[in-house]
Amino acid sequence: MRADLMSLTVALIAVLFVSAFPSKAAPAKKSELVIGITQYPSTFHPNIDSMLAKTYVLSFTRRPFTVFDKDWKLVCMLCETLPTIENGLAKPEKTPEGKQGIAVTYTIRGDARWGDGVPVSTKDVVFTWKVGRHKNTGVSNLEFYRSLYKIDVKDARTFTLHFDKLTFEYNAINGFELIPAHLDENNFSDPAAYKNRTAFDTDTTNEGLFYGPYRIAKAVTGSHVVLEPNPTWWGKKPAFKRITIRIIPNTAALEANLLSGNIDMIAGELGLTVDQALAFGKRHGGKFKILYKPGLIYEHIDLNLDNPILKDLRVRQALIHGIDRDAISEKLFSGRQPVAHSSVNPLDWVYADDVRKYPYDLKKANRLLHEAGWTVRKRGIRHNSKGQSLTLDLMTTAGNRTRELVEQVLQNQWKAIGVDVRIKNEPARVLFGQTVTERKFKGLVMYAWYSAPESVPRTTLHSAHIPHRDNNFAGQNYTGFRNAEMDGLLEAIEVELNRVKRAKLWRRLQEIYVTELPVIPLYFRADPYILPKGLTGLVPTGHQDLSPLWVENWKLQGQ
Amino acid sequence: MTSFLFHRFWQSALVLVVMSFVVYSLIGLMPGDPVDLMITADPKITPEDAARLRELYGLDRPIFERYVNWLGAALSGDFGYSRLYARPVLEVLGPAIVNTVTLLGLSLLLALMIALPAGIAAAYRPYSRLDYSINMIAFAGISVPPFWLALMLIIGFAVILGILPAGGLGTGGDGGIWDNARYLVLPVASLTIASIGGHTRYMRASMIETLRQDYIRTARATGASEMRVVFGHALRNALIPVVTIIALDFGYLFSGALITETIFAWPGMGRLIFDSIMGNDFNLALVALLLATVLTLIGNFLADIAYVWLDPRVSFREADS
Repeated sequence: MRADLMSLTVALIAVLFVSAFPSKAAPAKKSELVIGITQYPSTFHPNIDSMLAKTYVLSFTRRPFTVFDKDWKLVCMLCETLPTIENGLAKPEKTPEGKQGIAVTYTIRGDARWGDGVPVSTKDVVFTWKVGRHKNTGVSNLEFYRSLYKIDVKDARTFTLHFDKLTFEYNAINGFELIPAHLDENNFSDPAAYKNRTAFDTDTTNEGLFYGPYRIAKAVTGSHVVLEPNPTWWGKKPAFKRITIRIIPNTAALEANLLSGNIDMIAGELGLTVDQALAFGKRHGGKFKILYKPGLIYEHIDLNLDNPILKDLRVRQALIHGIDRDAISEKLFSGRQPVAHSSVNPLDWVYADDVRKYPYDLKKANRLLHEAGWTVRKRGIRHNSKGQSLTLDLMTTAGNRTRELVEQVLQNQWKAIGVDVRIKNEPARVLFGQTVTERKFKGLVMYAWYSAPESVPRTTLHSAHIPHRDNNFAGQNYTGFRNAEMDGLLEAIEVELNRVKRAKLWRRLQEIYVTELPVIPLYFRADPYILPKGLTGLVPTGHQDLSPLWVENWKLQGQ
Repeated sequence: MTSFLFHRFWQSALVLVVMSFVVYSLIGLMPGDPVDLMITADPKITPEDAARLRELYGLDRPIFERYVNWLGAALSGDFGYSRLYARPVLEVLGPAIVNTVTLLGLSLLLALMIALPAGIAAAYRPYSRLDYSINMIAFAGISVPPFWLALMLIIGFAVILGILPAGGLGTGGDGGIWDNARYLVLPVASLTIASIGGHTRYMRASMIETLRQDYIRTARATGASEMRVVFGHALRNALIPVVTIIALDFGYLFSGALITETIFAWPGMGRLIFDSIMGNDFNLALVALLLATVLTLIGNFLADIAYVWLDPRVSFREADS
């Protein structure tokens, strides 16, 4: 009886709460859109720190000079014409030191205005360059600013950038994000303090910081960012009167928020993983539109080539023949995440379809291991003549459910060919804080690379980029891969302007990659976008220039 | 009293200095530093750039030297900037503290309002059906994993019934205080349910023990009413161990509830501390953890005062000795 009273009391409190706030979690009105993502930006400064959450939010509010579009083609956004050598706006030249460089001329769109009405001008270009070049500002993308050694200003809209290198990417300045000189110049008086003084973080809702279809109207740290239309936007008027980006770090809660109507969509760029989206689609797919866009996130296994076992090419080949990547893609991801045969994505124009592929072939895998001297099997595990067992450590980021699942499949499949794989996972903070970056992993490590279209893998494959104590562990060639021809190709590709010749170089690069196998390619990750059924115009790109860069095309049916 | 306060102040100051050094060193021992994180984001950073940035941020100096510099600045009121949020540490901490205190304060208050009477009722008739029922509910509350409970509440009230928002601080518009209050209901309910059980059990155990004391028998023998025996004589003594637990909860009030905050997308101290440690944000992590330490110390100090009030046998003089 008393227990019943207790339960009744609890129920009463719940009812009181509920009746005190009777309004239902309101579904978004058609003029508003609420997007769920999993991370809050650490800064809103476009050039300090690289972070996907920041790039996502700023893609609604700013427009870079150049971007890759949905077809992975370089196009102008803030500039009038894309400069090329062919149209005369880009001219190869010698630098004062006699190096081969290039001068590239851009003109800012005549109707481009900051949110407070001040025209976007070459003053902003020069100011951005000054901030980027200064050693103490903490701006990322240092290589770009080092290479950009001079700017000639023709007038308020036209300027020429002088680079000390001539690469095939000479006209792609996607990362050169303008900073408004009229708002931030005073904050730059002490460059070392600029990072903490910039208006992007001290006065985030200042309309003069933005020149995209939206501006940031409110930013609540860790919770949400509210975007409202920017009155000075020069392009097509956006359909939504307000877009709220809500940060929900837990993916199960993200799903629940979507189902409850608390949010209208989950961004593909920073939302659910494919396996989560597939499970969600099975349960609630009918209520939403789900798009899967395979992209440039390349899941792979790095092999430590200093490990005596992995030094043997036959062992590396056996390992790749011993795993059924098609089954992994099909069974775990319903084929939404295509198998990777090299680091180059099939959607990239430089992808070579005719280079060697490694099918699942147990016979071949066993034969290769036998030839490599792993002939004796004890309790299913191979040993060599010295009695050493074929044991390898496999590491990945602890807590990443998808990777842990794949890891277990790999362990089982390799066991079938007599390879004893020991799983030793670490939290991402530790794995990337030291174990991988200082090459402390002993065998295999599974993680992903995020790149751009036709991104030259210099830092991951060039022998000069092997991290070690003497170079302060700089570089990302974590496998320790050394191949003189590969080094030459990486250098040659960067400076080859002729597409036909470059395609040949890329083909050879992929050939060496799959022949030498410093890495086991697994699959290309896909971004699952869970959208309201009536939303049109959102086109996932699959690369680092995100879908909100074209937010003015987003529209709900009936708008 | 003055001597007690004086001793207590210096003890607390010493604990704080030791804690700050321990926390600073532990964070410093974690693999990677902020420049390593920058290198991960921008592989084109050269070894020279990395060395320059380490020098710029003072990361090239020994950890003890960095700690001394930090301590000197902190003592003059400069807690530095948060690396993760590019804003002064106190500016970042302020809203998070308000959010956490609102969430955890309300849930603690509600939990105590339910748990204390329930514990007393259970203790008054131990091993009765009422006691068993209260215990069963208390154990259920203790056993339910907080994340599961939180998700169930979201599914029940936000997804199925659709009467409450599933998470966040507010709709993002200008909904006002009532709009924000709706967002509090589920996280507060989740934390309250999770903590009722423990407090009920403490209260029950303490009250059963007290009700067995000779002075209670004496009180009953004098003809005092049961109300007077329980609430006038037993309750004050029975509250002493419960006060110790509440004092520990006081520090927890400011260090946040990571799981609940994460699931309900509530930007409080738990998430802030977690993110700052994972993101190698020395200043933010340190100040947040020290703040939790300070408040735990204050909570214990208040508990000491409460002991004196609750139990006349305890005095500040004894505490001194």
